[in-house]
Amino acid sequence: MLQSVRLTRILLDGMSSTVLTTPDLGDAMELISDNDALEIRGRLQGMVHPVKLVHFTQELNLEYGREAKQLLTELLAISDKLSLEVYNFLLDKDKVSEYGVDKVPATAVRNGKDSGIRFYGLPAGYEFATLLDAILSVSLGDSGLKTESREKLANVSQPVHLEVFVTPT
Amino acid sequence: MENELVRADCIEATEFPDLAGRYRVHAVPKTVINRTASVEGALPEEFFLDEILRRLEPQPGTGC
Repeated sequence: MLQSVRLTRILLDGMSSTVLTTPDLGDAMELISDNDALEIRGRLQGMVHPVKLVHFTQELNLEYGREAKQLLTELLAISDKLSLEVYNFLLDKDKVSEYGVDKVPATAVRNGKDSGIRFYGLPAGYEFATLLDAILSVSLGDSGLKTESREKLANVSQPVHLEVFVTPT
Repeated sequence: MENELVRADCIEATEFPDLAGRYRVHAVPKTVINRTASVEGALPEEFFLDEILRRLEPQPGTGC
């Protein structure tokens, strides 16, 4: 079932570098290379306010569950404005309900308040770049949207749940 | 972030095949709105937002 070496590409503004993940080598292999870390550090230098990643996972029967948690842990080491809380999907019912999480691995991005942004699955490939963008937006407290979009969104008076399906490549 | 009523999930389709199948995700990106409607492809911001708003249930007394 385990692949010997799985290749994931992390894409950052057209720049790409290679991340090797070897699920059967345990924690020995790092998911974020030194070069990636340098690039990510540059990106996250724009952070203003602290951002908390709230991660939900389970120990067993979860494809990429361990990798997802490891990736976030490595990301945490890159910026001192980032913090991480990890909850057990099966045991921490209050938090699961608070964040409206219905599948794992799941990661919520927040500062003082919940941004409403969730990532489901291993945030690798394009999704990793999107995660960095989300972290920056939440840290700046600025969605980056155009004025007209902000006005239209301010007028929305009903709950809107968007589920954006993506693939890593 | 602009409205607390709006929440957005980024879902890795291959890790959640049942959900992707239920929503008939054959190409990405695909955005499902309130579990009923959807927008396919990546659109420029203003078109994307208009497409989403168009698919919301009409609410009495407001534009959307």
